[in-house]
Amino acid sequence: MAKQLNMQATRRLVGTNKQATRTRSLAKRPRRGERVIHGILFLCGLVSILTTVGIVLVLGNEALLFFRDERVNLLEFVSGTVWQPQIGEFGILPLLNATLLTSLIALLVALPLGLGAAIYLSEYASPRVRSILKPILEVLAGVPTVVYGFFALTFMTPLLQRLLGQDTVEFQNTAAAGIVMGLMIVPIISSMSEDALSAVPLALREGAYGLGATRFEVATRIVLPAALSGIVAATIVGVSRAIGETMIVAIAAGGRPFLTANPFKAAETMTGHIARISGGDISYGSIDYTSVYAIGLTLFVLTLALNILSQRIVRRFREVYE
Amino acid sequence: MNTNSMPATSASALRARNMHIFYGNFRAVRDINLDIPRQKITALIGPSGCGKSTVLRSFNRMNDLVPGARVEGEVLFKGRNLYSPEVDVVEVRRAVGMVFQKPNPFPKSIYDNIAFGPQINGWKGSKAELDALVEQCLLRAALWNEVKDKLKQSALGLSGGQQQRLCIARALAIEPEIILMDEPCSALDPISTLKIEELMFDLRRHYTIVIVTHNMQQAARASDHTAFFMIDADRAGTLVEYSETNQLFTNPKHRRTEEYITGRFG
Repeated sequence: MAKQLNMQATRRLVGTNKQATRTRSLAKRPRRGERVIHGILFLCGLVSILTTVGIVLVLGNEALLFFRDERVNLLEFVSGTVWQPQIGEFGILPLLNATLLTSLIALLVALPLGLGAAIYLSEYASPRVRSILKPILEVLAGVPTVVYGFFALTFMTPLLQRLLGQDTVEFQNTAAAGIVMGLMIVPIISSMSEDALSAVPLALREGAYGLGATRFEVATRIVLPAALSGIVAATIVGVSRAIGETMIVAIAAGGRPFLTANPFKAAETMTGHIARISGGDISYGSIDYTSVYAIGLTLFVLTLALNILSQRIVRRFREVYE
Repeated sequence: MNTNSMPATSASALRARNMHIFYGNFRAVRDINLDIPRQKITALIGPSGCGKSTVLRSFNRMNDLVPGARVEGEVLFKGRNLYSPEVDVVEVRRAVGMVFQKPNPFPKSIYDNIAFGPQINGWKGSKAELDALVEQCLLRAALWNEVKDKLKQSALGLSGGQQQRLCIARALAIEPEIILMDEPCSALDPISTLKIEELMFDLRRHYTIVIVTHNMQQAARASDHTAFFMIDADRAGTLVEYSETNQLFTNPKHRRTEEYITGRFG
């Protein structure tokens, strides 16, 4: 019995061996599964590219309708100081100004805080502290922007009013919106910057420590310059986020286009205006409708320019460490 | 414990006394007594993991950067314990410079690599004096002739051997008394290695040099004293034998030393 089993086993072994020999020809074999996966992965990338192309086309097309209208003049659009579609005034400057103002305030808040947090996490915090703090900081990025909007309106504005007086600070103002927007993008900047700082090789830090550098000198003079491109990228993502942010500014910055450099006055941003107009009574093809696309196109150009500019800056100042 | 810790030479630049080094609960190095003679080259050799690099890095408190690392015992420098609470670690590293295994120039210009040390240590002189210091350091590191026309170019454009000499020049710029070298040639080709060794001989006139090396020929030809480390039964590194290099390589006192230098293990 045992012998029989043994023989069976031997036969099976020989069998598999034969098979192996047969298939070890070097002939090309079709691998259909591989090709399907290749295709699916390619489609995944294609979808987002096509979406971008589609958005640009729609934006451009509708914006073109706007600029073709006889009530509109491109020069007035880029230089006009009044935006009042009802009386045919289409000057983008008040909206653009409010957007730049809120974004600048946001950047002034977010860059020092975010970079400071990133340097703390990567250069000062112990691994344990970092493993706790970083996820908590990133949770902030998940708070819905409508919550931030009401936080600006019901906390930041009263705070500013208490500090600076109710006469100076209006109920809606770009400062409160900008500050809260800044707080919102702190996690983006800190998290991405921390990644860039941590990626700087330990050997560079050791070299600096070995020369008697303090932690702060290592962080600011060695690690920061080496991580600059990542930090600029983080800042650009943050600023783009601030420029595109809608809910906070719609709630807290103001509901009327108004050209002012005073951050304590109400002023409507481009995104805020788009949200308000499209939320109201708007008829397809009207100039109100197409004007929204013109603003959208301006936003698009703005962020694009920002990206190109930042890439230039990075190329000039970056310290490549590899 | 170690009776052979003190070769009969001139005064010591550094003295390790009953030094134990721990990583967390793990004792990496046990009871080291070692005197580093002034203006000599002292080589630390031994098989991988025997704690020689750990000992080297304890001489300028580089181990402080490793979470959980702890040193017991004393490292005496000019009569003061480097590990006593009132000693400033930044000052320690100014006096005891370091060159690392892999050349690690900063991603800055050649000039800025040298100027970095003086600048962070409160350089008070003029730009011309700094220029002169940079030149002097590069001359001492035998690199000046190769780089004098491209001081403003990135240090990363240099070859590995040039980068390592730049790192030595960088260490010289803060005018240390002791230079620690952690396998400085392990990433270099033989010709660059030879240049570094020649450089070490030149530098010996002004500086005390401690070098960790895996390469026994290097220790034999380029050092005055050699300390041989090994792992004991608890996997802690210990100092087995320490004497003049000639003596250690031609007439080792311990069987383990002999076995190691003749290539029977390690």
